[in-house]
Amino acid sequence: MKSYEKVIEKIILICAILSTLSVGLITVFIFHSGLPVLKDYGVLSFIFGMDWKPTNGQYGIFPLILGTLSVTFGALIIGIPTGIACAVFLVEILPSNIAKIFKSAVELLAGIPSVVYGFFGLAVLVPAIRTYFLPIYQIFRPEATTTGFSILAGAIILAIMILPTVVSISENSLAAVPHEYREASLALGANKRETIVKVLIPAAKSGILSSVILGMGRAIGETMAVLLITGNMPVAPKSMLDSVATLTGTIAMEMSYATPTHQSALFAVGIVLFVIIMLLNILAQLMMKRMGGGQ
Amino acid sequence: MLKAKKTLVIGLIAAMTMTVALTGCGNDTVSENNENGLSGTVVIAGSTSVQPLSEELADAFMDKYPDVTVEVQGGGSGQGIKSIEQAIADFGALSRPVKEEEKASVRTETIIAKDGVAVVVNPDCSVKDLTLEQIQKIYTGEIKNWKELGGDDAEIVVVTREEGSGTRGAFTEITKVLTKDENGNEIDQTISQAIVQPSTGAVKQTVATTPNSIGYVSLGALDETVTAVAVEGVAPSSETVVDGTYKISRPFIYVTGTDISKAAQVYVDFVMSEEGQSIVAEEFIPVK
Repeated sequence: MKSYEKVIEKIILICAILSTLSVGLITVFIFHSGLPVLKDYGVLSFIFGMDWKPTNGQYGIFPLILGTLSVTFGALIIGIPTGIACAVFLVEILPSNIAKIFKSAVELLAGIPSVVYGFFGLAVLVPAIRTYFLPIYQIFRPEATTTGFSILAGAIILAIMILPTVVSISENSLAAVPHEYREASLALGANKRETIVKVLIPAAKSGILSSVILGMGRAIGETMAVLLITGNMPVAPKSMLDSVATLTGTIAMEMSYATPTHQSALFAVGIVLFVIIMLLNILAQLMMKRMGGGQ
Repeated sequence: MLKAKKTLVIGLIAAMTMTVALTGCGNDTVSENNENGLSGTVVIAGSTSVQPLSEELADAFMDKYPDVTVEVQGGGSGQGIKSIEQAIADFGALSRPVKEEEKASVRTETIIAKDGVAVVVNPDCSVKDLTLEQIQKIYTGEIKNWKELGGDDAEIVVVTREEGSGTRGAFTEITKVLTKDENGNEIDQTISQAIVQPSTGAVKQTVATTPNSIGYVSLGALDETVTAVAVEGVAPSSETVVDGTYKISRPFIYVTGTDISKAAQVYVDFVMSEEGQSIVAEEFIPVK
């Protein structure tokens, strides 16, 4: 019996080592391939350079960083309130047998391949922004024009893509709030809205926050869908209707035909993306510690 | 009885061994017949645009003649000329016509394929004819409005392919959007306010659905969802590309400097054969 358990223990150990090792190997590989360009071109002129023109030997990725951040935060601004509201509705308001149908529909969103989202965006969302959204926007800013390939298009598609993550994790943590909390709140004379806003959401805070972090991770790393609908223009955006290029999109698009220096520069873009994701994760975890401490 | 059995077994083993040996011999003879005794190495060096096609052709050729090795190297069209001058390659590959000053070192030239790029606009666009200079000005941002070209008063939406794409390379080179500075470095002057799409299909979809847009796709991918404009008055088609009247096209040429080996001759014959040209037709325009 004991030797049997030892074998199992070893197998589990190997699995744990494998996953850690692959992270390590990927990191080493990316840094090894990308560092030469960072060294030759200069880290600062690489990160803060405004021109990304690999054919001309210009590797400034600041417009790409702005593109990735604007699309990601746009997606969070649209996706998080929608996702949390959806989770509250499913747990607290809808009868559970009907909620099941809604829930599986939302979860089905996670199973759609991202390139399908991209083509949907290209064929439906981009023209819709140009024909329907632009006139409304022009009431406030008459000089605005857009082709539809924009931060807004990318943000809307990404918001839909992060919904399943945000909804299902938030929903689980809301459902895990002890029933006594609801009863106590209602017994104190609070109505349903007050109970949800002041008791349930604060109590489920840490779960909701982690759903946001996971959603952000998905949004920042998403490539195919965004590639097709943001226009891939490596220019600093001035409004949400401008086209942008993202870090991931640029890597995916240009890797196949790249010359050796260009390829190395794309790996350096990967390094920057890696660092941005790590920083955002650390920031989010700190926030979670501070805010979730009261629970 | 026992002895008889033993003899039988030995006999069987002997028979089997002989069969194996004979089959082996038979195989050898057959493959020798297949090769026609052809062996050796063929080296092709030059244009990186021709490289993928040469590799495809080389693979098919080596399937047919397993004892011949075809090596395909890049380096650019200039390198193609240099390598036949220095006799380090059997064929120099060029993606442009041979220049006057290069004629001295070239003994034979064979056009193996043509590559054409169609300039396409949204079907609602009223401009149907452009000159090379106008196309260059649109892509470098000098012309920004269709009314400057006799069309409606609307801003031009420029759609292009990603950096490093072969189609983008051919297009920018022929329209002179791509120029060289005094040090010989290539400068791609495509305006940064251009929508970049990663594939022919995405460019077509974008141009088809975006009003006032202009883009370019390789000739083989043209269909009715977009309108191909005439360049310098000539509409793009396989015929106009082959006879050279459609300007945004370039020949893929193999050049030789000295007498070539038998293997190299068989290779170029293979390229120009129906089989070789059908490989060309997969992505480019065959010349036969």
